[in-house]
Amino acid sequence: MTISRRGLMAATAAAPVLMRVQDALAQGVTPRRGGTLATILTPEPPVLQIGVNNQGPTIVAATKMFQGLLTFTPKLEPIPLLAKSWTVSPDKREYTFRLQENVKFHDGRPMTADDVIFSIMRFHMDLAPRARAIFQMIETATAPDPHTVRLVLKQPFEPFLLMLDASASAIVPKHLFDGQDFRTAPAVQRPVGTGPFRFAEWQRGNFIRLERFDDYWKPGQPYLDAIIYRIIPDSQSRRLAIETGQAQLTQANDIEPFDVPQLRSRPNLEVQTTGWEYFAPLSWIELNHRVKPLDDMRVRQAMSMAIDRNFIAQRLWFGIGKPATNPIASTTRFHDATVKLAARDLRAAAALLDAAGLRPDAQGTRFTIKHLVLPYGEIWSRLGEYLRQSLRQIGIAVELESTDAGSWARRVANWEYETTLNFVYQYGDPTLGVERTYVSTNIQKVTFANTGGYSNPRVDELFARARTAVTPEDRQAAFSEVQKILVQEVPQIWLMEMTFPTIHDRRLRNVITTGLGVHSSFDDVFLAS
Amino acid sequence: MREFWRRYKRNKGAVVGLVILLLVILLALLAPVLFPGSPWDMVAAPFVPPGEMGMLLGADSLGRDVAAGIAHGARISLLVGAVSTAAALLLGVTLGALAGYLGGLADDAVMRFTEFFQTIPSFVLAILLVAIFTPSIGSVVFAIAVVSWPPVARVVRAEFLSLRSREFVQAAEVLGKSRLSIMVGDILPNALSPIVVLSSLMVATAILLESALSFLGLGDPNLMTWGYLIGSGRSVIRLAWWMSVFPGIAIFLTVLALNLVGEGLSDALNPRLARQRGGAA
Repeated sequence: MTISRRGLMAATAAAPVLMRVQDALAQGVTPRRGGTLATILTPEPPVLQIGVNNQGPTIVAATKMFQGLLTFTPKLEPIPLLAKSWTVSPDKREYTFRLQENVKFHDGRPMTADDVIFSIMRFHMDLAPRARAIFQMIETATAPDPHTVRLVLKQPFEPFLLMLDASASAIVPKHLFDGQDFRTAPAVQRPVGTGPFRFAEWQRGNFIRLERFDDYWKPGQPYLDAIIYRIIPDSQSRRLAIETGQAQLTQANDIEPFDVPQLRSRPNLEVQTTGWEYFAPLSWIELNHRVKPLDDMRVRQAMSMAIDRNFIAQRLWFGIGKPATNPIASTTRFHDATVKLAARDLRAAAALLDAAGLRPDAQGTRFTIKHLVLPYGEIWSRLGEYLRQSLRQIGIAVELESTDAGSWARRVANWEYETTLNFVYQYGDPTLGVERTYVSTNIQKVTFANTGGYSNPRVDELFARARTAVTPEDRQAAFSEVQKILVQEVPQIWLMEMTFPTIHDRRLRNVITTGLGVHSSFDDVFLAS
Repeated sequence: MREFWRRYKRNKGAVVGLVILLLVILLALLAPVLFPGSPWDMVAAPFVPPGEMGMLLGADSLGRDVAAGIAHGARISLLVGAVSTAAALLLGVTLGALAGYLGGLADDAVMRFTEFFQTIPSFVLAILLVAIFTPSIGSVVFAIAVVSWPPVARVVRAEFLSLRSREFVQAAEVLGKSRLSIMVGDILPNALSPIVVLSSLMVATAILLESALSFLGLGDPNLMTWGYLIGSGRSVIRLAWWMSVFPGIAIFLTVLALNLVGEGLSDALNPRLARQRGGAA
């Protein structure tokens, strides 16, 4: 039994890490030691301890200091990181990880299996709802020796490995947290991890400086001496910083989509939109099914047919992102490319509304609905205006309502809206990031739950089957069927597979090498001369 | 009336202002004829420069006609200016008249209340009110009226204070007229000229306030206004300057026209002042 498990040992994935360095060599560029990377962080995070805070900016900066057992390729295949290899038992319940042996925390103490078990079973379990939901499935976590961790699940859970990235379960030092309140421990203010960069200085409202960690476990790495995250609240100043070379890298929300075309034309800058495959945010018009006539499938189909998703992706987002084709983003696992939303067709949309008994009145209006504008910046207001004009064409009058971010979250969580816009991360697997929006068991008064109130027993059943199915083939079958049903019933009107522009100086190499993009450790990033 | 017009005419700037103002009003009235359909309609390709594809003043980021936006926006801007000024006048004149005529405790109470509003920066208060009552045309008008009435109250109080002791008021009192009828029928008509001048300037201020609120995204999301046009063009100003420049010119001209008209009214209604000014120049 043990032998067969060892036989399954995934010695596969050491290759990509080496290959990246080799790729660079192949291009004639030897990684160069030295140099400071100046970049930007927007908005300023409250703390840099993953777990205590898991918002976007925290994860961007903290992943340079903290690492997970694994990370993922753009196709979401696992790459070893702190775990150098792993095996899965034939019944898919036991995961055994061999850890790297010479890993030190920034305070000089070695990282062992105890730290891994503490991080997963106590730290993230306590602090992060997303981690808790999954790690609750772990029956036992044991350390047969200081460099081996064995996790036994209560039942097979095929997407389990996806939860072991630094963004979901970074390994933290047990000796600095055990026996303390995790949120107020001194280490939260001076983060200590195993990553290639250690915390040096944080002037609030000004900059965060991380320094090279000389005892990093990969010999010769990292290449950079330091990374400085500057806090620049104004988007036009951020754009100037990258244009003038004061910053060599921008990411996530730093640069507004409308500024991207001009930055693309600069010869010294490179614009990339990859590196969001793991998060894969999908945006949609969120419909409240309790509001008539949005409970009628034909009405939802008609609304979906009235929208030009290409216009949204090309004209509003300037090509940063692409039209959604179904509820699972094309970079997420189990996306079925053969299942597609009905194409734009105003005549068919009008016919569907006629069939639903919604005839136009003298002004050509079939019915009026309210739309709560997503208060996340100008581009979302423009999208709201675009949708109002699009739906007007098929006789649906949309009344826009403005609100602030806090009220938006409260009203959506309390189902006090008719339609709004929303975008949700998929975390690589439909069970982790898609299921929650459509299953009736998750109809809750919480944001990012099934707030629309869609309910279909067959959909519930298929998501449940995909959750517990052991093989990827069985899961694919269930997810393909669920995509067909959802595309037919259009519970939410999917708009765009979102991504964010990563803009960097061409001399900066290896910025995006994994499916987590700028949320990687940057131990192989270097500044060519 | 003819005398009034003769005096108004003497101020050339005021005549120009009046012409511009009438043109803006004409534009607002004719907007549905000149630009039929909704100003929100996407009628061209996004970012069409002025003069191309039949877009006189260019198209915005969604391909909406900027000229149509300015014409339809004129309706909203003028409407907001007029209605909020009317509301502010109603409140300001009533309170100012009571304070000035009654004096004593009532005067103290009203003036302390007025000062309370005057000490708060008016734009901040307007933002706060609109944010609390959620942005809509009603809340914007309300907010502008609330921050604009205190100067009216002070001016009216001063007029009433000085007029109250005049002989014609004393005569009216001796005749046994009621206080209300003295205030409305005898004093108010004599206090009207500064109110008229002030109100033309208030309309200008109200248009600016509304534009500033819309610029910040606190306007009614269902109505096209000049401030909204500038606000939505701000972020792409290096890509499409026409989106913010033309609405900006519209606001500039309208506010300038209202100020010129205000000055002309002031000259026409206070001939002595005008003559002094003319003599000095």
